[in-house]
Amino acid sequence: MKVLVSVKRVVDYNVRIQVKSDGSGVVTDGIKFSMNPFDEIAMEEAVRLREKGKVTEIVAVTIGGAKNEETLRSALAFGADRAIHIKEDGEVQPLTAAKAFAAALKKEGAQLFLCGKQAIDDDANQTGQMVASLLDIAQATFASKVEIDGAKALVTREIDAGLETLEVDLPAVVSVDLRLNEPRYLKLPDIMKAKKKPIETVSLGDLGVTLEAGSKTVKVAPPPTRSKGVMVKTVDELVAALKQKGLV
Amino acid sequence: MSKILVIAEHSDGTLSSAIAKTVAVAQKIGGDIEVAVFATDGAAVAAQAAKLSGVTKVLVVNNAANSYPLAATLTPQIVELAKGYSHVLFPGTTYGKDLAPRVAARLNVQQVSDIMAVHAPNKFDRPIYAGNAITTVEAAAGTVVATVRLASFTAVAEGGSAPVETVAVNATLPTHTRFAKLEAQKSARPELQSAKRVVSGGRALGSSENFKVIYDFADKIGAGVGASRAAVDSGYVPNDMQVGQTGKIIAPELYFAIGISGAIQHLAGIKDARTIVAINKDPEAPIFEVADIGLVGDLFALVPELTGKM
Ligand SMILES: Cc1cc2nc3c(=O)[nH]c(=O)nc-3n(C[C@H](O)[C@H](O)[C@H](O)COP(=O)(O)OP(=O)(O)OC[C@H]3O[C@@H](n4cnc5c(N)ncnc54)[C@H](O)[C@@H]3O)c2cc1C
Ligand SMILES: Nc1ncnc2c1ncn2[C@@H]1O[C@H](COP(=O)(O)O)[C@@H](O)[C@H]1O
Repeated sequence: MKVLVSVKRVVDYNVRIQVKSDGSGVVTDGIKFSMNPFDEIAMEEAVRLREKGKVTEIVAVTIGGAKNEETLRSALAFGADRAIHIKEDGEVQPLTAAKAFAAALKKEGAQLFLCGKQAIDDDANQTGQMVASLLDIAQATFASKVEIDGAKALVTREIDAGLETLEVDLPAVVSVDLRLNEPRYLKLPDIMKAKKKPIETVSLGDLGVTLEAGSKTVKVAPPPTRSKGVMVKTVDELVAALKQKGLV
Repeated sequence: MSKILVIAEHSDGTLSSAIAKTVAVAQKIGGDIEVAVFATDGAAVAAQAAKLSGVTKVLVVNNAANSYPLAATLTPQIVELAKGYSHVLFPGTTYGKDLAPRVAARLNVQQVSDIMAVHAPNKFDRPIYAGNAITTVEAAAGTVVATVRLASFTAVAEGGSAPVETVAVNATLPTHTRFAKLEAQKSARPELQSAKRVVSGGRALGSSENFKVIYDFADKIGAGVGASRAAVDSGYVPNDMQVGQTGKIIAPELYFAIGISGAIQHLAGIKDARTIVAINKDPEAPIFEVADIGLVGDLFALVPELTGKM
């Protein structure tokens, strides 16, 4: 079984975000970028499924400019066999990304599409569901456990009420949550080996997809700041402070 | 004028409290507000939705396939029903987040995630980068499909009496997705997303047994209990207690962060808390930068003392 894993290049999760003073976006010059943390979990899961003998080929896919090659190299170091770089320098919103992934999934004849539940830059939480919708195949979002059983998968999902398990027919889309696994540290030999693995470059047009403008960003602003609080020294002072605010 | 369809999340015959907040957003957009209930027998849920102030009409779609809410099964029905509406709104719960994009893609529109303010019927604020930036977006032409960031809105009052109409929806439903089981965490404590007070514990608790100091304190003040990702990952508490960017976004009047460092992903979940109290042994912990009241010290000594003095 072949699995397609999407990997997005995003501002590293440790970076303190600064909004540009002209309100056009956030500062990205000289900032560290990494693979979206959820996509690392998706890559790790693909590799574990191969180790269990459930998966035979792992193909990583990204959409973005030239620098996305770094993200694909990390995916290859995780253990992807090859990668597809959908080159696009413009802003790609989830619906367009999903159309491209749906086309790639079909072209590759993959049985499973693994992606992160959300990209930590746009926090959209849409792309996987849209891929499933466009192909009218099953989706299991926010996965914390994935078991492949022949032409079916049992997926446990983290939902507000607790843990839900769905049985889905393959092909299917699975979007992963934080507790699915802990991604491995990439070792130097794997990083070296990744350099020799093939990356195929295509355009959105090659996949029959046009870049849609989608929602328009009017402006980006910093969030409201909280005013500085007070430090108390004892529990009695804390209780007094809470009483004074009328909170207890 | 807008014609807004609100998709009603419900379970065990009870309308989710998130819907009264979703209707609040519909009111800000302005126009006719119709609530759709998909169920096997939606009468009881419809009656609750009909009471929500501002609702013009409640539509009930009864179908045996709706006995458990599955995005794959609901989508074709919603798409069929959504014809003629300008907006389709979902609560920003895991239910809405799972379902809305599937509907949006079928309608061939981009979706707006996590509306936190309404400027115009097609212009909204939403958080990006874990809430470290707020973007104002204008939805493209076509149906506006959106989810609502619940912590940003106050529930509409009850007191309405909208008419309820049963409608038939002609849609072919897929069979590729089947419900297997649900392990629900039943708790007698207030639900995190609507609790007025929430007490959260972090990695510092060290074990599920030690979490008792958090529960004892929470029970003393009638609070809901939350946790950081580290506490959930370590297995001290179940996943549905996680507060933060990828957990629950909450807006209590009073929030206690106990033994939690204050990582940006955690703070993303508590930005709307009215008062934040932090207890941490490290005076340099980032949580103190956002806390309204901070107390430095060992939680295992301070929290029981606090419980005793409440
Ligand atoms: C993509 C992504 C998404 C994430 N989403 C979330 C999310 O939704 N929610 C979330 O919470 N995290 C999330 N995280 C994780 C986040 O980055 C932090 O790792 C996590 O919040 C840390 O939890 P903590 O504060 O409990 O643990 P730590 O950072 O280890 O902090 C423990 C704190 O306890 C204090 N302490 C220790 N002993 C005592 C004592 N005896 N008395 C008092 N204080 C004590 C320490 O001084 C320290 O400040 C996410 C991370 C990523 C990468
Ligand atoms: N430009 C992209 N390149 C690669 N993967 C993407 C891209 N956009 C979205 N994805 C995938 O879709 C997931 C959800 O993204 P989003 O819907 O933007 O929150 C991410 O975790 C990625 O796996």
